Amino acid sequence: MRIVVDLTRCQSYGQCVFAAPSVFRFHGEEALEYDYTPDDQLREQVRWAAAACPVHAITLDYLDEQPEKASQPESVGGKA
Amino acid sequence: MTSNQPPLSNNGRVVIVGAGLSGLCAAETLRAEGFTGHLTLIGDEPYEPYDRPPLSKAVQEGWISAEHTTLPRRRDVAAEWLLGIPATGLDLSNRQVQLADGRRVPFDRLLIATGTRARPWPDQEQAALDGVFTVRTRDDTVWLHARLATGPKRVLVIGAGFTGSEVASVCRELGLEVTVTERSATPLAGALGQAAGTFAAYLQRQHGVDLRCNTTVMALEGDAQKKLRRARLSDGDELDVEVAVVALGSVRNTEWLRGAGLAADARGVVCDASCRVFDAEGVVTDDIFVAGDVARWPHPLYDGQLLVVEHWSNAAAQAETAAHNMLAGAATRRAHKHLPSFWSNQFGVNIKAVGLPTIADTIVLTQGSIEERRLVAVYGHQGRMVAAVAVNAPRSLPAYQALIEARASFPPEVHASDGPAELHPLPAGFPKREQPTHDPGAEPTGAGPNTPERRVEGEMLKLLDPRVPLGAPPLLTLHPNGIGIWERQEQTGEMRS
Repeated sequence: MRIVVDLTRCQSYGQCVFAAPSVFRFHGEEALEYDYTPDDQLREQVRWAAAACPVHAITLDYLDEQPEKASQPESVGGKA
Repeated sequence: MTSNQPPLSNNGRVVIVGAGLSGLCAAETLRAEGFTGHLTLIGDEPYEPYDRPPLSKAVQEGWISAEHTTLPRRRDVAAEWLLGIPATGLDLSNRQVQLADGRRVPFDRLLIATGTRARPWPDQEQAALDGVFTVRTRDDTVWLHARLATGPKRVLVIGAGFTGSEVASVCRELGLEVTVTERSATPLAGALGQAAGTFAAYLQRQHGVDLRCNTTVMALEGDAQKKLRRARLSDGDELDVEVAVVALGSVRNTEWLRGAGLAADARGVVCDASCRVFDAEGVVTDDIFVAGDVARWPHPLYDGQLLVVEHWSNAAAQAETAAHNMLAGAATRRAHKHLPSFWSNQFGVNIKAVGLPTIADTIVLTQGSIEERRLVAVYGHQGRMVAAVAVNAPRSLPAYQALIEARASFPPEVHASDGPAELHPLPAGFPKREQPTHDPGAEPTGAGPNTPERRVEGEMLKLLDPRVPLGAPPLLTLHPNGIGIWERQEQTGEMRS
């Protein structure tokens, strides 16, 4: 899966670090670092992390946002 | 000027030159806003869009690999990707982009998002020595990371802007000896001024960096195998080094537009507030747009000065505005008014800033202290707030952002519980306007679309060469009471939070 964090928006609340500690970490007290391509097995954790971010700084790839069961191939140009 | 052209606005051919953060954000926005035509992205690197900030930090530490910086897609951009092929020219009359392999790509609307590249070491032979690196692309950082992993005895970092400082920080974490040379009086002087830079210097020395300010590297010397062995410094020292990281700022990728008839030069590509590019005669075009590090645009907050901003958030926000305006009619065009903002992580602290520090004349500490390694300082220009910088205090910044946007007076009335009893404004200590520095990050570059490039002459011309030391360093003036906020740490020595 793929993610990006808007670190301009990030205010280091650290909710993501609690939710997905192998994907997000603090380097020092306030400096967030993260893996842009976490293992697919961590998808649920990362979704929780994104949902928990108080400033909505975490963006998931559109393919990782779709619910697992509904991830039937869609035609290009479909509802996104 | 064209009015609404419904047939074209959501159809036709859009070409985006530049496949970085800006190019991707623009592509996503075009599709999100209903563009159904043919979309092509052209990139000089062979990779799909990736993020650069971790390249000088987490990737060098080895926490993530360079391949793990690929950006997510907010939606399917359904684009044709031409990667690994630089654009070499723009043929406006035939409406085609020329590629290095001879191909010509036709467009109805064009977005220029070619960004910047690392400024190379000025001597080509020395720059080619094995062990001399720059840090800009994914490939650069893979090579540097591999070399740092071999445990060189000493790393030389040339230039203490953000990139150089971050690389020095990582080297210390990896347990490597590191010497940093900086031509100005402090690290980060170009971006944050010398007053704040004094704090940056303190951080570097606390972490064991051999920091040499007011010092340049005169020459890099190799052995018979063309491996880097030695560096000759302007302070007379000769250092044995196996690795040198050249961190002298960036160069804008505008050469491919030479002779194309647009208002483009080494300073960037000039556009109006809606990101529409001006032609060489100062007439705004309707279908050529620019976004990101390479754009020069008028920001309403800064007296009509054209800004160039090399920050992540501007690259993303400007691309979204440009893409929106590529599809919009005259009535729905938006102005790009994004307040510059950036962050840097180095030596265990998070530095964030909003506004445009580089135009400031004065700085004042408003919250926290150096001792706590947690503080906020505000920049003023002629009595109004223009920027704020926060060290390990990211949650304080939004309030300051609102004050900056409201053009609040300076010094500000903050009344923070952790503020000093009395404010002590100091000279911000930015280099003189014409004086070249490395990565100021955001700077004003003149007024109108056709303001000619300032002719650099005499002493200033010499300073374009990063090997030439500055003359007598402009000393930081202390506060009249002799105890400047930024200098206090010099007297108290060891300080940890």
